[in-house]
Amino acid sequence: MIRITAWRRHPLARYAVLILALALVGMVYAAFVQAGKPADAAMAAGKVDDVAEGKSLFVAHCASCHGLNAEGTNTAPSIVGVGAAAVDFQMSTGRMPAANPGPQAPRKPLARWVDENAIRQVSAYVQSLGGGPQVPGAEQVDPKLGDAGRGGELFRANCIQCHNWAGSGGALTQGKYAPNLNASSPTQIYEAMVTGPQAMPVFNDTTITPQEKRDMIAYIVQVREQKDPGGFGLGRIGPVTEGIVAWVVGMVALVLAAIWITAKKRQKS
Amino acid sequence: MSGELNTVPKGVAGPSTWLDDRLGGANFLKRNLRKIFPDHWSFLLGEIALYSFVILLLTGTFLTLWFNPSMTEVVYNGPYAPLKGVMMSEAYASALEISFEVRGGLLMRQMHHWAALLFVAGMTVHMLRVFFTGAYRKPREINWLIGVLLLSLALVEGLTGYSLPDDLLSGAGLRITEGVAISLPLVGTYITFFLFGGEYPGTDIIPRFYSLHILLIPGILLALISAHMVLMWVQKHTQMPGKSRTNTNVVGAPFYPAFMAKAGAYFLFTLGVIAGLATVAQINPIWLFGPYTPADISAGSQPDWYMGFLEGSLRIMPPWEWNLFGTAHAGTLPLSVIIPALVPLGIVMTGLALYPFLEQWVTGDRREHHVADRPRNNPHRTSIGMSGITFYGLLWLLGANDEIAANFHISLNWTTYIGRVLIFVGPALAYLITYRVCLGLQRSDAAVISHGVESGVIKRLPHGEFIEVHTPPADDIEAHMRGKQPVLMHPVREDAAGIPPKGMRGPLGKLRARMSRAYGGEKIPLDEGHGHGEDEHAAIGSGGDDDRSLTH
Repeated sequence: MIRITAWRRHPLARYAVLILALALVGMVYAAFVQAGKPADAAMAAGKVDDVAEGKSLFVAHCASCHGLNAEGTNTAPSIVGVGAAAVDFQMSTGRMPAANPGPQAPRKPLARWVDENAIRQVSAYVQSLGGGPQVPGAEQVDPKLGDAGRGGELFRANCIQCHNWAGSGGALTQGKYAPNLNASSPTQIYEAMVTGPQAMPVFNDTTITPQEKRDMIAYIVQVREQKDPGGFGLGRIGPVTEGIVAWVVGMVALVLAAIWITAKKRQKS
Repeated sequence: MSGELNTVPKGVAGPSTWLDDRLGGANFLKRNLRKIFPDHWSFLLGEIALYSFVILLLTGTFLTLWFNPSMTEVVYNGPYAPLKGVMMSEAYASALEISFEVRGGLLMRQMHHWAALLFVAGMTVHMLRVFFTGAYRKPREINWLIGVLLLSLALVEGLTGYSLPDDLLSGAGLRITEGVAISLPLVGTYITFFLFGGEYPGTDIIPRFYSLHILLIPGILLALISAHMVLMWVQKHTQMPGKSRTNTNVVGAPFYPAFMAKAGAYFLFTLGVIAGLATVAQINPIWLFGPYTPADISAGSQPDWYMGFLEGSLRIMPPWEWNLFGTAHAGTLPLSVIIPALVPLGIVMTGLALYPFLEQWVTGDRREHHVADRPRNNPHRTSIGMSGITFYGLLWLLGANDEIAANFHISLNWTTYIGRVLIFVGPALAYLITYRVCLGLQRSDAAVISHGVESGVIKRLPHGEFIEVHTPPADDIEAHMRGKQPVLMHPVREDAAGIPPKGMRGPLGKLRARMSRAYGGEKIPLDEGHGHGEDEHAAIGSGGDDDRSLTH
């Protein structure tokens, strides 16, 4: 015991402890980084070809704006670190590759070369560059597993100020807009929340937990699949279309009725 | 015609004798059942509002049987799945119950809402008819004022009704109401606390609005509508100018049986349109909006159409604010709220209320008028009306600028910038264009009177010239056109010593004289005595612009 106490009080002991601690931290960090490096994971899973294929697709179709190494140019931002989820969202909704620069890239039909494989390959390549959010699994976005009531409250608190109460979309400043959510798949909705595409802010997992995201998806899907109980939904954008219908259908019908009723004059006897 | 008017048909005589034996009112009935109503479609527009109001009373009564105007928070446990387990006020929960659990409840709610939209729309078009034909002139100024009051009250009634279900959209409207109240200088905070019973939103506002919406305002509306109808009945209708129509008669169909059948049919049409809309077109889907919490707001939050012009003025207003004595207490004057909330409303409503009196002041016209003007024949009034419509319409349109921006891919900012310019330029342009159109139409009338109507028959004269045969206009059309009277003007000419007549002196008098000169008088006189007999006009060439040279 005396000897151990003597070592503990040795003038070099504190340095030894410091070096040990640093080494330990370094090893743990390295281990975590290894785990978080999807490129290596992809390689380990035998998907290294995806990365290579993705790179060649990227160079052919994306690099003109995003740069040969995805480092960004004057026309488009760097996409190092945006993650596979961002690539999957942008490409599966047809927003990327963009047709032309503008306030916002609209949803459009997919380019001819874009299919599930191409999206997976480009995603894998971009993921290999700097990590980032992954594409969610099927269970993570399954509307049946979410609580729509709770999701509705979160949806109203976080989403509708831009996307409208029924997800019908709305205008933002300078030609930007919040798109209609009805065309988006549950996976795309999830990806939009974690990556914040275009004008949208990021709702990461500390702001809104994955469970809560699934609740919101459950609400959005339930509401959009609901048959409007009151007749035609009139675009579900509220009083503007209602007012148009009141005037164009209601008032025009009543004026025509008035003209019809008074058209038949009393015959002079 | 007169003989027919004096014989009482059996359908009237029978029941009125029966009633007379018991109530002694046969003379009253005989006289009033034969009341003449003019036969022009535009005279039915006010009835849209009247019948919508009847439907509002009926459907509204149905809704009160289940609606619970309470802001107590409850957990929703009804059949609408996406709101299960959500906290909401009892008002909202009972509105959901009406929509999903009460038999026929959703239909009644939707009919109530569609009827409300058509109620105000009917009032608006009726008012425009009265304005543009000058039917508000003496002796009908008081009825006009009642009408303006009815319209203002209808807006308040709409606002309170819109707020009752306590859904997220109605809450947005309520928040703006609070914002306007609190922006009033000095008294704003007191008024807000008085209205809401404390801090916004509190728990009092829904029950209070409920009392206003189902009791006080409908009561006043009913009383004013009755007064409006009685005055109309006593003063009789105006009529459009035409053959044998004078200031002392009304040409049309008697109330019984002809007009009663028409009015009854028109009520059924109104009911049919409202019930039809309520069946096929969804309105105010409160279940989609969710319950109101002051923290939430949705894109596309809009008021119903009749409040749209206030929404628009709020949206285009620059963010101006004065802090006169610092920001404490009464120092802040939020012009960005006060101006859009009060100025357009003030211009429209005060302008409407004062117009008959301003017109009298300018024209000096104190005569009774029972024959309506055709809009073209008083071009300044028509132009003022059109620039008012443009002002209102632009604000109304800008109230939906987010939907315009989103659906037509225009920058939202640009809709605002353009709106700020258009709101001043638009009414002025409308004035100029309408004035020229009115004069053009008057010229075309004058041409019909003096040259007749094109018959479509082309003649070739022996020397080769082509002419078109014109025929004089039909009697009733000519009488309609000749119903035009010059707008009255003050005697404004100075006497020999260069002194203007009494009332036309001083700055105000001079202004009055100038306005009278511009507003009054005959712009395009009609030819007297011409236009009878067959006229022949050059079909091509020779006559040039002045084709009178050929035939007169």
